[in-house]
Amino acid sequence: MALRSVRHYPGFFSVALICLIILYAPLVVVMIYSFNASPSLTNWGGVSLRWYFDVFTGPEAPRFKAAAWNSLTIAILASTIATGIATAAALAMLRSGKFKGRSLTFALINLPLMVPEIVIAVATLIFFTMVGITTGYLTILIAHITFCIPFAYLPIAARLQGIDGSYEAAARDLYATRLQSFFLVLLPLLAPGVVSGFLLAFIISLDDFIITNFVKGAGMETLPTAIFGSVKQGIKPNIMAISTLMLAVSILFVTLSYLINRKGRKGP
Amino acid sequence: MTNAVEIRTVTKVFGTFTALHGVSLSIQDNEFFTLLGPSGCGKTTLLRMMAGFEEVTQGEILLFGQNIAALEPNQRPVNTVFQQYALFPHMSVIDNVAFGLKMKGWPLEKRRIRAGEMLEMVHLSDFANRAPAQLSGGQQQRVALARALAPQPKVLLLDEPLSALDLKLRQAMRMELKQLQSETGITFIFVTHDQEEALTMSNRIAVMSAGHVQQIGTPRDIYESPNNRFVADFIGETNLIEVEVEAVADGQAQVVLPGGHRITTSSAARDKGRHHLSIRPERVTLGSPGVGLQAVVEQVIYLGTDLQVLVRLEGGTAMQVRLQNAARITVPSPGDAVGLHLEEGAARLLSD
Repeated sequence: MALRSVRHYPGFFSVALICLIILYAPLVVVMIYSFNASPSLTNWGGVSLRWYFDVFTGPEAPRFKAAAWNSLTIAILASTIATGIATAAALAMLRSGKFKGRSLTFALINLPLMVPEIVIAVATLIFFTMVGITTGYLTILIAHITFCIPFAYLPIAARLQGIDGSYEAAARDLYATRLQSFFLVLLPLLAPGVVSGFLLAFIISLDDFIITNFVKGAGMETLPTAIFGSVKQGIKPNIMAISTLMLAVSILFVTLSYLINRKGRKGP
Repeated sequence: MTNAVEIRTVTKVFGTFTALHGVSLSIQDNEFFTLLGPSGCGKTTLLRMMAGFEEVTQGEILLFGQNIAALEPNQRPVNTVFQQYALFPHMSVIDNVAFGLKMKGWPLEKRRIRAGEMLEMVHLSDFANRAPAQLSGGQQQRVALARALAPQPKVLLLDEPLSALDLKLRQAMRMELKQLQSETGITFIFVTHDQEEALTMSNRIAVMSAGHVQQIGTPRDIYESPNNRFVADFIGETNLIEVEVEAVADGQAQVVLPGGHRITTSSAARDKGRHHLSIRPERVTLGSPGVGLQAVVEQVIYLGTDLQVLVRLEGGTAMQVRLQNAARITVPSPGDAVGLHLEEGAARLLSD
């Protein structure tokens, strides 16, 4: 039987179209209306960048700037630390032979992906209160590191699984110490996975709302909680501008990740 | 003179599985030594223990008289050629070859020169700046060899390095390996399941099975004087016939074949009773009936260079005979009565 291209299946185009509209129409609308000159959410008043200026210079600008700075630094710190921990975890899981409690460890690493986020949020807040850590920047950072680990772990472990152990053996055989074998041979081969893990963790941290909202404490805002706070007082077009900016940052990161991966595959 | 490698009653246990049962063997300096056996016989485990990738459960391994048990793989003056080559994909060919030298702390200039010499030796100078992935399997194989030989190890370990190559290339690489070994004077320890590889390249072979060394000897010893059924059966083709031993002394035995015919043969067995006799099919010739062992031809198979003749002896035992397809031979037909003549060294009585 000849293989048919998926395009020739009946209903392919209509189903694809419906999916694309549901997924992307809202985004497209937000992007277009962020350039609206009119303060109305629904009436088009011509093209303008006034809401972008408003984001950076308007009455809410200091609040958004502080929140954006918090989001960015937390995302960078949390994803960097989480990527380090996830790499170590992947090495322990896949490169140190079979050990007692290996399946349990695997479950523990990945459990945060399955536990409802609201439960983690509540539990984390209660934990911080009981231990007596004042909620604020530090508590957000700790919480972000924790839930970023499984997201960083998955691409790193997937990549590591595909790297034959004989490369490290060969390095060790050729007089490399354990550390040299890791940094000169395994890490360069693992790099695409580490970068993917880092970027995924970064986006997840940047984007998190529920857990952050619980553990942030009074007066501390990240971009998502600031946007939410602003929206509570009514949706203004400047929110669309911020959303479009965040979307642009995300697309930039995904593109970067793609380019890095492609370059990695081409060889030295 | 101290041996290059001395393996003393080495046992390896993985969980509940014993991979090696008290294996002992000595490998001389400048020797091409082969560990030969089917998969799962423990040959690769033994090699990995010499390289330092597996711990020895019991016993000891000496390298030029020094016990290497406590040494990490990077502290052992041995290098390995891996089955799938394991060339570092993110480094150029020359950087791969120079890696061991770099780790040993050679200055850049010196290691460039040496790596260049090694690539010249394996005829790959033009490929120095390529990535390993841009090379063919045979070329990658040679880079792996150059990389392992560059730091001038005392012993080179080769883990089935030819198994991923196609037949023609494999045959060419055998000659090249053998030549490299005699040029460099480095002790080669070669692991393979391919008896032809083992016979063509080795100074000596250790035949292994199920975690035991079955026999150690030159290719000729192993082929012509196998000790037991496993060795006789694994190396080349043979006819195994159960016989009654009447007398045995000084490596010679008097045996009775199933048809009642008596012959004298070299013997690995030391006691009387029932044992197996190995008869190499190419050491048997067909003659006119009435002389030698009486048999009837059952089938003749044409193999190009050879003819394989299946015969049945008096007493019902089946046997195969291999005749070289030379112009002078008369091709027998099924049903012909023939007399089998066993040439010198055709038969050997096995110990078990």
